[in-house]
Amino acid sequence: MSSTGPGAEVVLRLDRISKSFGALKANDAVSLTLRRGEVVALLGENGAGKTTLMNILFGHYLADDGGVEVFGQPLPPGKPKAALAAGVGMVHQHFTLAGNLTVLENIRLGTDALWSRGHGGARAKVERLSRDFGLAVHPDAKVGRLSVGERQRVEILKALYRDARILILDEPTAVLTPQESEALFATLRKATALGLSVIFISHKLHEVMAIADRCVVLRHGRVVGEVDTHATDKGQLAALMVGGELSLPRAEARVAGEVLMQLDRASTPDRGTVPGLRSVSLALRAGQITGLAGVSGNGQAALAEIIAGLALPASGSISLRGVPVARWTPGEALAQGVARIPEDRHHQGSIADFDLTENAVLESYRSRFSRRGWMNWRAAREFAQGIIRAYDVRCPGPETRIRLLSGGNMQKLILGRAMASDPVVILANQPVRGLDVGAIAYVQSQLIAARDRGAAVILVSEDLDEIIGLSDVIHVMSQGRLSPAFVRGTMTAAELGLWMAGQKFEGADAA
Amino acid sequence: MSAVIDILISASFWAAVIRIASPLILATMGELICERAGVLNLGIEGIMVIGAFTGWMAVYQGLPLWGGVAVAMAAGMMFGLLHSTLTVPFGLSQHVVGLGVTLLATSSASFAYRLMLPEVTSPPKIAPFQPLNVPGLSDLPWLGDALSQTALTWAAFAVAGLVAWVLYRTPLGLAVRAVGEKPAAVEAQGLSVTGLRMGAVIVGSGLMAVGGAFLTLSAFSSFFFEMVNGRGWICIALVVFGAWKPGKAVLGAILFAAFDALQIRLQQTPLGAALPYQLFLALPFILSVLALILMSRRAEVPAALMVPYNKGER
Repeated sequence: MSSTGPGAEVVLRLDRISKSFGALKANDAVSLTLRRGEVVALLGENGAGKTTLMNILFGHYLADDGGVEVFGQPLPPGKPKAALAAGVGMVHQHFTLAGNLTVLENIRLGTDALWSRGHGGARAKVERLSRDFGLAVHPDAKVGRLSVGERQRVEILKALYRDARILILDEPTAVLTPQESEALFATLRKATALGLSVIFISHKLHEVMAIADRCVVLRHGRVVGEVDTHATDKGQLAALMVGGELSLPRAEARVAGEVLMQLDRASTPDRGTVPGLRSVSLALRAGQITGLAGVSGNGQAALAEIIAGLALPASGSISLRGVPVARWTPGEALAQGVARIPEDRHHQGSIADFDLTENAVLESYRSRFSRRGWMNWRAAREFAQGIIRAYDVRCPGPETRIRLLSGGNMQKLILGRAMASDPVVILANQPVRGLDVGAIAYVQSQLIAARDRGAAVILVSEDLDEIIGLSDVIHVMSQGRLSPAFVRGTMTAAELGLWMAGQKFEGADAA
Repeated sequence: MSAVIDILISASFWAAVIRIASPLILATMGELICERAGVLNLGIEGIMVIGAFTGWMAVYQGLPLWGGVAVAMAAGMMFGLLHSTLTVPFGLSQHVVGLGVTLLATSSASFAYRLMLPEVTSPPKIAPFQPLNVPGLSDLPWLGDALSQTALTWAAFAVAGLVAWVLYRTPLGLAVRAVGEKPAAVEAQGLSVTGLRMGAVIVGSGLMAVGGAFLTLSAFSSFFFEMVNGRGWICIALVVFGAWKPGKAVLGAILFAAFDALQIRLQQTPLGAALPYQLFLALPFILSVLALILMSRRAEVPAALMVPYNKGER
């Protein structure tokens, strides 16, 4: 036991790191040590500075002040190559994968000398790693066609392929099923037993308790606590993180109203390896949260596109309040009161270089904020100010470019924008992915409030706790098929997991 | 109709097609490398002019023909260095810089020409590359005539093969493709985004200049100011036509060259007497536009094309 544990060699030392983005102080004299064979969790609310800190360690950002030491050697700042060479592997929250390259190409990128030729043993090594670590993914698949969950596996494989000795995982479980998370934890335990050290960034407290030896808590860019996980509990960690006690909302049962939107035997073609919809029938009722569970890449995207008006089913129909729709566009969907919280807030939900005002009115600038072809910027700015106040969006002001905001604050703005039109159908696609407990509780309570106002909410999520906690009715998607509706309280996570794996569908087909 | 068929089956027609396609292939490969690395190089038209001028002038001053090719390539790389310095580390607009490089290169060629040959009324001629006699091949009927080409033409096709091989079979090519798709991925793997992009633009610009030099050293034996005549812009369209893939881009260049060779010959038929000749001149461009529309539908554009990479910005 002398090679690991408190007495073990220090492999990584961050010393008084500071970094500002404009007026935002992301890191303020943050120090941290990591020992051999240890898992340290980095915990904190959105905007607390966790990702920034790791990006400085990895050389993506230059720190304004402070230094990094790896295995006792100072790490030159701003050089990812130096970090990689020192044995630091990073699994990014926002994937750094090239979509038009294959899995194998992405993994090999930068690992061979630029002028060497051939694949060498790369394929065999990747296949061995993916088998050993339970990270199933086809080496020749184009990354652009993979689901979010699969891309995460590629990111992890990339670091393992480089024989990293310090592994940094930024929100690694945000997109995994409970079973996959367990497999990942098994992987990490094996890795630490072999002498690897891990920094684990997560918002899920039970995961931190399960996997980490120590936990460093950040708030507003400062270290506010460092605790041994064996000597603490979830409540204490949550309190440290947000600076007060907090609990996640649970929706109480409620009587559902009329059917607001209905899909009848909707099918769509497959896209590469991602299956399309297979004769999906679904009814969304007023005053009800419909949970859609499943591993991403099983047809949820196709279903979400139809609900949001981005696509029509190739066969089958969609109807609103019993009336079949023929013309169905995003504009039409907005006009009918369909609001959406897109799966990828960076890609579909916002325009990075637009400021908060512009992003706030993206969906309504023609109807609400312009007259005779002229923008009413004063009203738009007031609208944005209103969202910033009501939804507690932490930012210097409405003129801030949205790219400077943390994920949670960006999501709050998108949520505020979606709710502002008083929508009747709300498509919430992975609304809390990558958010901290404070932001999760907030977003979820807003969804429940919308349901109580009589809206039909469809919640797409990979997090079964979230689905079970919030949904009045649960469906599971697997390979483009939709399970029957399960009423609140009739299903356990384990049973839903079997449907997610597709086994129950076979049984149902045979019967 | 039979006149068209007669043209299409003649060896001299295909010899012309290959000859016309060669400079396009060289310059298109250059542009393709730049764009695969995420940099649109609109300096191509001017760099081709510079290549045509410097290659020809070097040979006129006494260098051997391959020396002229090397000088042209070096001159093109200098402009590539200028272009990439402004667009990559400084992150300036690739449109503005590219057009600026074209203007600067074109006028530099005129300026140097007037400076070096102040008294000359018609440009002096040089002895250009001669068709290569390939033992065995040149004696074949029909094929021997169609493949009676200069060494620079053979080199153009070899370059296309080399570019395809490097892009798809080497770690370097993988890095170049990745830097045009997602520079952050390249950065995360410890490679230099700046170095890869600048290198691609410099090498690509060198190839463009050799494409220009082909005109003075192989196709014609002298230098005229208007001789590049929009070929650079055609090459940019050919990259799109080829969906950023070397093989398809070569096919596009051959298709365009075939239209061009066809229209010259059609002008000499009875049809040519009946219709205004401008119609024939426009033919390759019209057909290229149609082909472009059909071919580039499903193209996968490099995702980071024209997006400057600023390290450390979120």
